[in-house]
Amino acid sequence: MAEPRMIEISPVTRVEGHGKVTIHLDEENRVEEARLHIVEFRGFERFIRGRLMWEVPVIVQRLCGICPVSHHLAAAKAMDMIAGVDQLTPTAEKMRRLMHYGQVMQSHVLHFFHLAAPDLLFGFGAPAEKRNIFEVIKEKPELGKRAVLMRKYGQEIIEATAGKKIHGTGAIPGGINRNLTIERRDHFLGSIDMMIEWALDAVKLARDYTQEHEDLVAEFGSFPSNYLSLVRESDGALDLYHGNLRALSSTGDQIFDQIPYTRYHELIVEDVRSWSYMKFPFITELGPEAGWYRVGPLARMNTASFIDTPLANKAHAVLKAETGGVPNNSTLANHWARMIEVLHCVEKIRDLLNDPDLQGTDLIAEGERREEGIGVIEAPRGNLIHHYKVDEHDQVTYCNLIVSTTHNNEGMNRAVKDVAVKHLSGQAQITEGMLNHVEVAIRAYDPCLSCATHALGQMPLQVELFDAEGCMVDSRTQSI
Amino acid sequence: MSGTKKETGFSFTIDGVEITAYAGQTIMEAADEAGVYIPRLCDHQGLRHQGSCRVCTVKAGGRSVAACTQPAAPGQAVENETKHLNKMRRDLVEMLFHEGNHLCPICEASGNCELQAMAYRLDMTETTRFPYLEPCRALDASHPDIALDTNRCISCGRCIRASQDVDGKGIFGYVGRGIHRRVAVNGESLAETDAEVSDHAISKDVCPVGCIIRKRVGFVTPIGEREFDNGLIGHEIEEKRK
Repeated sequence: MAEPRMIEISPVTRVEGHGKVTIHLDEENRVEEARLHIVEFRGFERFIRGRLMWEVPVIVQRLCGICPVSHHLAAAKAMDMIAGVDQLTPTAEKMRRLMHYGQVMQSHVLHFFHLAAPDLLFGFGAPAEKRNIFEVIKEKPELGKRAVLMRKYGQEIIEATAGKKIHGTGAIPGGINRNLTIERRDHFLGSIDMMIEWALDAVKLARDYTQEHEDLVAEFGSFPSNYLSLVRESDGALDLYHGNLRALSSTGDQIFDQIPYTRYHELIVEDVRSWSYMKFPFITELGPEAGWYRVGPLARMNTASFIDTPLANKAHAVLKAETGGVPNNSTLANHWARMIEVLHCVEKIRDLLNDPDLQGTDLIAEGERREEGIGVIEAPRGNLIHHYKVDEHDQVTYCNLIVSTTHNNEGMNRAVKDVAVKHLSGQAQITEGMLNHVEVAIRAYDPCLSCATHALGQMPLQVELFDAEGCMVDSRTQSI
Repeated sequence: MSGTKKETGFSFTIDGVEITAYAGQTIMEAADEAGVYIPRLCDHQGLRHQGSCRVCTVKAGGRSVAACTQPAAPGQAVENETKHLNKMRRDLVEMLFHEGNHLCPICEASGNCELQAMAYRLDMTETTRFPYLEPCRALDASHPDIALDTNRCISCGRCIRASQDVDGKGIFGYVGRGIHRRVAVNGESLAETDAEVSDHAISKDVCPVGCIIRKRVGFVTPIGEREFDNGLIGHEIEEKRK
């Protein structure tokens, strides 16, 4: 009989931020416990206090270098509310939407092609030196080229709307500080058809992978859960920028629907556990055991009634048909959902580029000042909540942020345990390839651990192996 | 402004370039007119010269002098753009960054900030040599239209001179001595002063950094349209020679 062990995967690779996985094995090498730990602490919610309200969208976006636009816009929406602006000018709202669609597009493309594709193309257990974007470019040069150019397109959209590709200043309380020039519009229109064609191919690639690996997708980190996202106010359509909250159970039953996001604190409670800096939110009425839920691309495909762009809607219908219309619980199906959202974003970008409102000059609205503001947006990784209070001197007195990766905390931990049990239990020797299976499950959520702990820097993963008495007996560390 | 033009000027040189000056003009005033830029932070057009930041230090007759206060002299050979002087200027600017809390990425003055622009002009790109002092200074947002974030103050005194000499108010003044010297307001807080957003001292050009903030302006001016987005600080003076 073997000694009980603990494996540590640290750092987790090809995700954003710092995290590690610990796996406890008993005397017969069976997995007893597996957890994803987020090991960084940042404190944005504290040090934003005292700053001036119009600085907030620029400061809090520094939470992240991958999806700063999401934080920028969520904070700006909260500041709109504080500025008393309930309706932006058409130019402001459309410029913000254009910025957001560019952001979701580039982030999803980065994740699918650069971070996840090596696993999907070469296999989860492929040699570590094979599992990177450079090998993808070497073996699939056309795919690699598209990965780079699609991301560039999204980044340039962000630059045109926010002033910089990363950490711009476009959204301000009550509006936007620029419109889109005719020159930039024509530049983007010049390659929009190619982007749509490439997005369609990406959907096909992800769909084919999911369908061709039906058994793997069905069992790999798959389990029922609740799902939560914004949906469009009028009709429940997918809306990444604005809407009301909808939550469904794993069987598609409604938990709540069309609730204004300003009431999020009535619907969601954040639980704290001693071994992670990341909180564990759950739906209040269901409690911590049954109320945990998932957010993100697949959650949005599950909650949205339909998609209001024709090509993405068609792709959405195919995905929904896979599970007969009830929520899809397969963690790996997130990749397919993510590419459908890329297609949706590109279609939205095309429609916006043809809208003359983007050249409007009415950029800022004004209203009667309020003390509290809540901004919610569907970030690439899922629902993102920003909540602030501001005093009469324009200084922030309170800040609460619930980011997508935090919403997914319980789901990622369950996926880690599920994969650990299925792929590591009973194994006398734990190989690097086996450990990568655990990382693949985490990567499917495209977690941003930097955002979730509000942490700075790269996000390497560490796996630790503990014995039955809690002593670490083995660890593997992967650097990126 | 101390200079008064006379009918007949005289010549001196800056880095070998012949400059015409008039009696009473400082080296900097004559240089500005001739299209030769001498870096400066505490000096500002329309305010009396102070000569405290020393960024405008030039060599005249073998001595280091502040170009903003030193009168131009006939036949003088002034050194301005030398490796040694620019290193000294860069050191001064670097120390200003270390002395306060200058977080350019989140500062609403970024792109309009003379300290940031001077750092770019002086090529302040190497790893820093000085420890950050990270002072703990409160933000005074008590006034309905103006905020004062002294984390970003470089003690140039431009607001003091503008308030005293132009606005006739004396809202700002120095308190403390040596390294502890700070700009303060003549009241418990800004709200207790008679500061108004229309004061010259509060105007966007007087404070060279993001210390004096006109509320609710923030990031209304987009990136690309800010003062130093399209040229190094001083380019408007240098363009006179082109």
